[in-house]
Amino acid sequence: MKEIQRTIKYEADRVPGFGREVMSVPGCEKLKDCIQCGTCSGVCPLSIYMDHSPRQVMALVREDFKREVLSSCTIWLCASCYACTVECPQQIRITDIMYELKQRAIQEGFYPKRFPIPVLAQEFNRMVHDHGRISEGRLVTKLFLKTKPLEAAGMAGLGMRLMKTGRFSLKQENIRDRGDLARIMEAMDAPASGGNGKD
Amino acid sequence: MKYGYFPGCSLKGTGRAYEESLLPVLRHLGVELVELEDWNCCGATAYMAVDEGKACALAARNLALAERGGFQQLMAPCSACYLVLNKTQHYLDESPAMRRKVEGALGTVSLKLSRQTPVRHPLDVLLHDVGVEAIRQKVTRPLSGLRVAPYYGCQVVRPYATFDDQANPTSMDQLLKALGAEVVDWPLKTKCCGGSLTGTLPVAGLRLAYLLLKEAKKRGADAIATVCPLCQFNLDAYHDKIAARWEPVRLPTVYFTQLMGLAFGMPAHTLGLQRGFVPLELPAPTAA
Amino acid sequence: MANGNGNNRTSPERRPRIGFYVCHCGVNIAGTVDCAEVARYVGTLPGVVLSRDYKYMCSDPGQELIQKDIAEYKLERVVVASCSPLLHEHTFRTAVEKGGLNPFFFHMVNIREHNSWVHTDRAEATAKARDLARAAIERVARHKPLETKRVPIKPVTLIVGGGIAGIHAALTLANAGKQVILVEREPTIGGHMAKFDKTFPTLDCAACILTPKMSAVGAHPNIRLLTYSEVVKVDGFVGNYKVTIRRKPRYIDEEKCVGCQDCISACVFKQPKFTDEFNEGLGKRKPVYIPFPQATPQVVAIDSNVCLNFRNGPDGSRVVSDKCKKTCVEACGDRNAIDFTQKERFEEIEVGTIIVATGFQAFDAKRLPAYGYGRYPNVFTALEVERMVNASGPTGGHVVLRDGKTEPKTVGIIHCVGSRDKKTNRWCSRVCCMYSMKLAHLIKEHTHAEVYNFYIDIRTPGKGYEEFYNQLLDEGVHFVRGRVGEVTDWAITPEEEGKLVIRVEDTLAGVVRRIPVDMVVLATGLEPRSDAQEVRRLFNMSCGSEGFFLERHPKLAPVSTFNDGVYIAGACQGPKDIPDTVAQAGAAAAEALSLIDKGYVEQEPNTAFVLEDECSGCKSCIPLCPYSAIQFDDARGKAVINEALCKGCGTCVGSCPSGSIVQNLFDDEEIFSEIEGVLAYE
Repeated sequence: MKEIQRTIKYEADRVPGFGREVMSVPGCEKLKDCIQCGTCSGVCPLSIYMDHSPRQVMALVREDFKREVLSSCTIWLCASCYACTVECPQQIRITDIMYELKQRAIQEGFYPKRFPIPVLAQEFNRMVHDHGRISEGRLVTKLFLKTKPLEAAGMAGLGMRLMKTGRFSLKQENIRDRGDLARIMEAMDAPASGGNGKD
Repeated sequence: MKYGYFPGCSLKGTGRAYEESLLPVLRHLGVELVELEDWNCCGATAYMAVDEGKACALAARNLALAERGGFQQLMAPCSACYLVLNKTQHYLDESPAMRRKVEGALGTVSLKLSRQTPVRHPLDVLLHDVGVEAIRQKVTRPLSGLRVAPYYGCQVVRPYATFDDQANPTSMDQLLKALGAEVVDWPLKTKCCGGSLTGTLPVAGLRLAYLLLKEAKKRGADAIATVCPLCQFNLDAYHDKIAARWEPVRLPTVYFTQLMGLAFGMPAHTLGLQRGFVPLELPAPTAA
Repeated sequence: MANGNGNNRTSPERRPRIGFYVCHCGVNIAGTVDCAEVARYVGTLPGVVLSRDYKYMCSDPGQELIQKDIAEYKLERVVVASCSPLLHEHTFRTAVEKGGLNPFFFHMVNIREHNSWVHTDRAEATAKARDLARAAIERVARHKPLETKRVPIKPVTLIVGGGIAGIHAALTLANAGKQVILVEREPTIGGHMAKFDKTFPTLDCAACILTPKMSAVGAHPNIRLLTYSEVVKVDGFVGNYKVTIRRKPRYIDEEKCVGCQDCISACVFKQPKFTDEFNEGLGKRKPVYIPFPQATPQVVAIDSNVCLNFRNGPDGSRVVSDKCKKTCVEACGDRNAIDFTQKERFEEIEVGTIIVATGFQAFDAKRLPAYGYGRYPNVFTALEVERMVNASGPTGGHVVLRDGKTEPKTVGIIHCVGSRDKKTNRWCSRVCCMYSMKLAHLIKEHTHAEVYNFYIDIRTPGKGYEEFYNQLLDEGVHFVRGRVGEVTDWAITPEEEGKLVIRVEDTLAGVVRRIPVDMVVLATGLEPRSDAQEVRRLFNMSCGSEGFFLERHPKLAPVSTFNDGVYIAGACQGPKDIPDTVAQAGAAAAEALSLIDKGYVEQEPNTAFVLEDECSGCKSCIPLCPYSAIQFDDARGKAVINEALCKGCGTCVGSCPSGSIVQNLFDDEEIFSEIEGVLAYE
């Protein structure tokens, strides 16, 4: 038998306003219409691994259970295949909501350390930000060294074979106008004159 | 026919073979591709997960470069690039505030977004601009006897079904038939390959790749044809791990453009076929 | 004036004495509009000798107040600012008339639907009420006395559609001694109900309760049954409709055919080989056929599309080829009922009232490819299974897979297919929960299979329905709460091999499941028939956003339409089950009956008329009239409007180049004074 756990939720476990905030982001509004039918989970290829099914995540967001949602592995398991978004009978853009939740989890440091998926996202972005392009070899190497240094050795075989077939390189690709890109990104960071882009 | 060409990072790395086959095949069909000058990474799924605004700006820079280059249309062969560029256009249309902000940011480096540049996938261009008949006429070495399972993956048909049926796409089926191949009908055409989870969470990601390979094999396919560098990588590069975890399901996964090249009589090594881990074996031509 | 109604375009020399009333409607109006302020303000306007606010103007004391004031204050005009004229214009006109004034010396201002219900700012809503009231005061001062006309009603009712709704309405009217003409598109009446085996929740046999009513229709002296026929044109107005009916050739003389079906046995096609529509394509029929044993009328039909005695004509239509041996004619012998010379005919009938009962169509399951209908043979629609469980159906009452012989051991019934889905039909189809449970029960009874129901919510709000749900639970039918993601033949585990796999989140257990089954049944929803828009135009009705015919009022006029004398019944108005359909059909019959027994209709006098001296005879108004109410008098060279046909839409008035058409209640003076009133600065 598993260890018993308290599962009740008290009002104090909610973060009032969280759901409303998420549902005010463009593309996430229709979450309000969720009828909890479970189509999203039914079509999701990864729902079988999730601690909360996509349907449950929708319910938790709507009821302001911020901690449960942002610390759930569900949002990181989403592979952006858009099957849920396409099939949802209420036309809720579930994939976009997952993106929104991922952003919030990163901003608020809600994911487990060394959990590779958010680390990949951040490393990916750092590389794009600095160089304009992704060099897959470097990115993957970095990811493994950061999250599972012990397994990195195990991946060496794959790396060697990729190198042999000319598909792996540690050389960093760069775009020419890196300064331009940096300026664009800087401008996006600046507070906007016409709202924060999420009106 | 002239298109701006947005290769994306993968086509310069793990997906080199896609570019190596795409370019000669399109040239052979009279389609001119001009690589977008100084393009940057589309942002893929990762950037969206961290910062929506920057993800938009990143993709929008490419759209603005296409506009500056005077391209009427932009071709993006990688499914992720194709989706992200399309999605950015949708998003900017739906959110005027985001458009203002992105246009402002692009403005700081004298780039602008004043018109829509349609972003097209090579499948779309081949089927609708070139036409199946023109392709059939170029076939010199039909792929007779080769049973191919067409695999579209997620992001060319979802969430935007712009050029093919969302539930049961058939554009690649038509192309493969024109090449003389036998198309294996299977219900997994648009299932997920595992995406980036194959690297980050192999137990979940690799299982999807394994199931795809297993089912294609079970339905008698000699090969899987794909339209996306990540799908190709996931279905081609992890056979050892899949065999170790579940069972061996060796089956070559090639780009549909490689099959086109072969059918057009181009030598395998000019199409990047030597880069695959599981080699494609063509059936011996039957003496007819 | 020849028509007795006013055409006095000169302003009154003296302002008539006007009484004004503003209604609180409880808090419906007073909650948003300051009624006392409106009354105070209107009291200051020229001509207004009395201005009151009152809690409920429509109440008896409210109406009596108007009558009393007319006498006491010598009122000559009355304005009431309250709800929509649709609801109480008639009430107040009657009160004014009882007070001794012409009922058209009254005008009503809508400050509820047009004001208090749609605004939140009290000051602005009050200002708007003042503006609207001022416009009415200006207008009513110029009202002329008018008279309503009485038009007799033809005591015959047309019923369109021979399903259970049409059948029930027809019998109700006919039993009351009224003449009914029942038009049905198919060769037999019976509709969808005739296809069912059992009916929920009582499980009584559909045929046992329907066929007696069908034969009663066929035999009733007051019912004229026109099957294989369609309404193609409707002219006229309440009480006096002229309807054109297309009688499709069935190549059988209905008077002579006795329903012996010898022709069917004798047909040159020894085996039935053409798709049998009645059996949802599961069975086959011959070119000469009768849809089912209890068909009414008991008359066969010949399908010219497949009969060997026809060929394609030059225009694509089927023409007689005389190439067949015509064994059917031989078999018919002296009865001589087969007539290959029949042609399409058009018949015009005159009726006073119309009941539209055209029913629904089932959602096309192919529109949801994730469920595999048309791709996987063992995915069935609910209607197909209805036919299979029926003893007289294509499988003799056996529930079998598409191979025609194997009984399923596990069956999954998917609810809400094409219902509650914004990608297809967003509404709940109301009957699928119940019919799915009925099928679950019947499948279990016939095959002893394990049956799974996959549902979003179980909806059982009818008499005995929840009890039926409980019965199913007792019978061990599985209920999995979750909308199915997909149906696939992709097997992952050994027990899934060769099966259809249903992937669904069991939302109550909180897990995603893959359930292998032998047969999938899709509980397809109800939707408007594909030609609903054409039918709507034919009868001048409205449709709601989803495409079902719109009732005049969702609560208080549920079977009336916006076209007087035209009623709706059954699923053409919205998805409904048999009990509700029958109730509605009875209601529609009662509405028709009340009109017929009253004997006449009163016509609004807001009709248009031509000022003969000014009409130039240009005829431009004639084709514009949507009711064909304008004729040209050749002798005098003038347009003439038939008052009985005119609906007062104003199209001709606006289009007349010489301004020589005037509409009662809407003459230039009345309209302009109303506009000036609403725009005047305070």
